[in-house]
Amino acid sequence: MLKLPIYLDNNATTPLDPRVLEAMMPYLTDVFGNAASRNHPFGWAAEEGVDYAREQIAKLINCDPKEIIFTSGATESDNLGIKGVFEMYSQKGNHVITATTEHKAVLDTCKHIEKLGGKVTYLPVDEKGLISLAELEAAMTPETILVTIMYGNNETGTIQPIREIAKIAHAHGALFMTDATQAVGKIPVDVIADGIDLMAFSGHKIYGPKGVGALYVRRKNPRVKVTAQMDGGGHERGMRSGTLNVPGIVGLGKACEVARLDMEADTARLSAMRDRLEKELTTLEESYVNGSVEHRLPHVTNISFKYVEGEGLMMGVKDLAVSSGSACTSASLEPSYVLKALGLSDDLAHSSLRFGLSRFTTDEQIDYAIGHVKEAVTKLREMSPLWEMFKEGVDLSKIEWAEH
Amino acid sequence: MAYSDKVIDHYSNPRNVGTLDKSKKNVGTGLVGAPECGDVMRLQIEVDEATNTITDAKFKTFGCGSAIASSSLATEWLKGKTVDEALAIDNMEIVEELALPPVKIHCSVLAEDAIKSAISDYRVKNGLPALELSHH
Repeated sequence: MLKLPIYLDNNATTPLDPRVLEAMMPYLTDVFGNAASRNHPFGWAAEEGVDYAREQIAKLINCDPKEIIFTSGATESDNLGIKGVFEMYSQKGNHVITATTEHKAVLDTCKHIEKLGGKVTYLPVDEKGLISLAELEAAMTPETILVTIMYGNNETGTIQPIREIAKIAHAHGALFMTDATQAVGKIPVDVIADGIDLMAFSGHKIYGPKGVGALYVRRKNPRVKVTAQMDGGGHERGMRSGTLNVPGIVGLGKACEVARLDMEADTARLSAMRDRLEKELTTLEESYVNGSVEHRLPHVTNISFKYVEGEGLMMGVKDLAVSSGSACTSASLEPSYVLKALGLSDDLAHSSLRFGLSRFTTDEQIDYAIGHVKEAVTKLREMSPLWEMFKEGVDLSKIEWAEH
Repeated sequence: MAYSDKVIDHYSNPRNVGTLDKSKKNVGTGLVGAPECGDVMRLQIEVDEATNTITDAKFKTFGCGSAIASSSLATEWLKGKTVDEALAIDNMEIVEELALPPVKIHCSVLAEDAIKSAISDYRVKNGLPALELSHH
């Protein structure tokens, strides 16, 4: 029996993998020590759990365990990476390059450093969501200290040309950071081969717990340092103070280990299901896949259904937990800035749905989702004056709409 | 967002979805809103010219559940009313009936605009001056 609603919003968060919970349990009960307590076994046991997690994470992303700085999540990691580099390298320059489709944790942090006197270039993206390497090259200046471009986009799944971006940054003496929250654990991410100097990611996007994340900070070639953004006990090599979230860290470590072992099988299964979902839904007339189909994460698709409105559509697909490109929670509608950056008109951005599949998604759930979405879109179009006009061949752009 | 039962009912079983023949002299059509704003309502009335009574009303709406419910409710209310009675429908009555939250009041405003716009169209078709429509 299919349980409703079906959760297909795994880019927002994923359920905890039972294997992760099992690994965490002792640290939520008996092994409660403070990892910084150096003079008794309670502390040692906690520290051992943390060290093991560092190794599990290091194996997944091909780094040294010492290069992992634990944080509360990807937002904090983004903040620490960008603000920390900006402060640490202020003698060298004050220019940061990012892209318009970044997560708010990056964009708003960049706005913050602009207030502090920094200069930020926000690179545009093409209709597939990809930045232009030529534009990146042209934006580099002697003042550029950091290029920060996300690995895979949270709304569309589009994967940026990370290695090429890193090469350009390095050729100009800048550091390369990536927000890899959606990519780590889903696709092979190798900080050495990719040329990554700093990388933000979190636990809860990879079947780990919420409230824990990490910032990878390269220790050699070059040795990267970030200025701490929180004062305190000098944990995490002085870069992030605060008592370590031991159960969370153990969970993140286990989640990374499971991801490494299951990645190949997960990717094959999820991309097949995603492709089927996408193929079926795009048999509906006037439906469009947003972002790059060639370069994207295996578990995501973002589809716009023209002539239906996003919030009405969300209401129609009430048996599915999905995200809409429309943030229609206030009277002033704000369509997704990511989709708008791809050049989508407001109405197409509004009428998009993001499907994020997980390790726990089943074929039966996908079958149901296909039928449910098709039914909702068809019903709403029968109710839509825009659909009727489109069918009659009316050019909607020629109508003088009474905006209110 | 939690919708009221009445909004869900109108959304799930919308009343009077459809299209009237706009070439007819006794049919008034109102098309309000804009696709970029996330809602477009088309509301049509058919008037019995002898009694000045609305005999039929149809709508099609591109919009959220509250917008669909507001226009569906409006068509229900319009049928059987005289044109003058229809003109007196105030958006706050729709808000009350559907228990719309503050962020959805604009849906009721749009429905009121659609009613007035349809009546105005009917008037113009029948040699009367257009209504002064206040755009919100």
